[in-house]
Amino acid sequence: MNEDILIAGFGGQGVLSMGKILAYAGMMQGKEVCWMPSYGPEMRGGTANVTVIVGDNKINSPILQEFDTVIILNQQSLNKFEQSVKPGGKLFYDSNGLTTLPTRKDINIYHIPATKTSVELGNTKVFNIMVLGGLLKIVPIIDIQFIEKGLYKSLPERSHKLIPLNLEAFKQGEAIVEVIQEL
Amino acid sequence: MGEDIQLMKGNEAIAEAAIRFGVDAYFGYPITPQSEIIEYLAYEDPYNKRTGMVVIQAESEIAAINMVYGAAACGKKAMTSSSSPGISLKQEAISYMVGAELPGLIVNVVRGGPGLGTIQPSQADYFQSVKGGGHGDYNMIVLAPSTVQEQYDHVGLGFELAFKYRNPVMILSDGAIGQMMEKVTLTPQLPRENKILDWATTGKTPDRERNYITSLYLDPEVQENHNIKLQAKFQRMKDTEVRYEEIMTDDAEYIIVAYGISARISQTVITMARKNGIKLGLLRPITLFPFPSKRLFELSDSLKGILCVEMSAGQMIEDVELAVRCKIPVYHYGRMGGGVTSSTEVFEKFVSLFLK
Repeated sequence: MNEDILIAGFGGQGVLSMGKILAYAGMMQGKEVCWMPSYGPEMRGGTANVTVIVGDNKINSPILQEFDTVIILNQQSLNKFEQSVKPGGKLFYDSNGLTTLPTRKDINIYHIPATKTSVELGNTKVFNIMVLGGLLKIVPIIDIQFIEKGLYKSLPERSHKLIPLNLEAFKQGEAIVEVIQEL
Repeated sequence: MGEDIQLMKGNEAIAEAAIRFGVDAYFGYPITPQSEIIEYLAYEDPYNKRTGMVVIQAESEIAAINMVYGAAACGKKAMTSSSSPGISLKQEAISYMVGAELPGLIVNVVRGGPGLGTIQPSQADYFQSVKGGGHGDYNMIVLAPSTVQEQYDHVGLGFELAFKYRNPVMILSDGAIGQMMEKVTLTPQLPRENKILDWATTGKTPDRERNYITSLYLDPEVQENHNIKLQAKFQRMKDTEVRYEEIMTDDAEYIIVAYGISARISQTVITMARKNGIKLGLLRPITLFPFPSKRLFELSDSLKGILCVEMSAGQMIEDVELAVRCKIPVYHYGRMGGGVTSSTEVFEKFVSLFLK
């Protein structure tokens, strides 16, 4: 099975990086992976999204209209992509910055309060890896050891000293994810 | 696991391949959606750190392709890359390279047109690439990668074919494949060869006549003979270099013909069709020139129809129609100007065209 994932939020929030970490980790675990960004005249503060496909089968089209799992990190993305979750699929959101909440009844919904938790920990930069922790707790497609390997592979050596901190944040993310609605 | 597998963007794969296949020089000018090629090469700095490969950001696209002409005239493996508007600027020099029988690699990561168009992916440069975008009677081998791995592999293959025929080769990619990341199995580093080729202009060499590289023969008889020689070369390409991939064509009643990102989208359409009990297959041309016309003609005997999926108004469909000689219905489906087709759209179109 392949898992079709969409991550959507603000440019500068680490949306594309989060997707890359996921793809690198999947690759380290020997899976098929594809990372397809929305690219365009994007800017910091604008919207950005990325499709990541991770699985055991050859990946056909990287251009998808509906997804098994969608991660929503701002209001614009919720408006645009709530309907793109396959019926029975999963929607994750961080309520920070959302003025409305997801309303669909035919999908599973989870909340990862990663912005709030990362502020409390005094390091907002680990926000995105915390979201990944929450995601993989519910959708266990990749083991944490491969997240670690993926980080070592994808980050330049000068940043390797930050990996333990990121893995802490990942575990924090696993702990804070809450079920809002399960079918 | 002895294999060197990396996660790379399509554009980065082209750049890494240029270094690994021992290319002598890259000349380029940035344009979205392919700027990562020159960015990656500048960051890797192969001149100082890896193979001694020259990387130059030229003052314009036209300057870059003429630098390729110059380096190729010295027998060097030289390449350039750009996206649609930049490739239009290079057409004059590409025609000159064919005329002067110079090898070289040109990468086009296609974006929507016409004009400055948009930075989103497109396949609307098919005619320009396969029918000769510059002046004069000419062709060049056009490779159409549909995965990041092929973006990498086609750099090696492209140079092999360019030197085999002493003719430029084009990689016709698109913004989607250029921007997406997939796994790539890298090949071992090859050295730059520094071979002295007998036709190349390498300075005064005592044991041979001077080499003269030109596309200008003022005597019409000489120019005509030169053209006859070039046409014979294009015919040899047609006879020996056709490449394509077939998916589930064995029992197919219908096929999709698509290349590049449209072929990837169509692979999903095939699985949707098979789930619905429809015998649909895919023929994916890997070389757009030479085109797999013969194979399509063979297949057409057992087919009820063909759908061409292209991100254009319908360009490759003309070659498909010629190939099957109107024996079976051939339809086009595509989007334009940077619009990307979805698998569902294609499937619905297929059903409405053939099964209703």
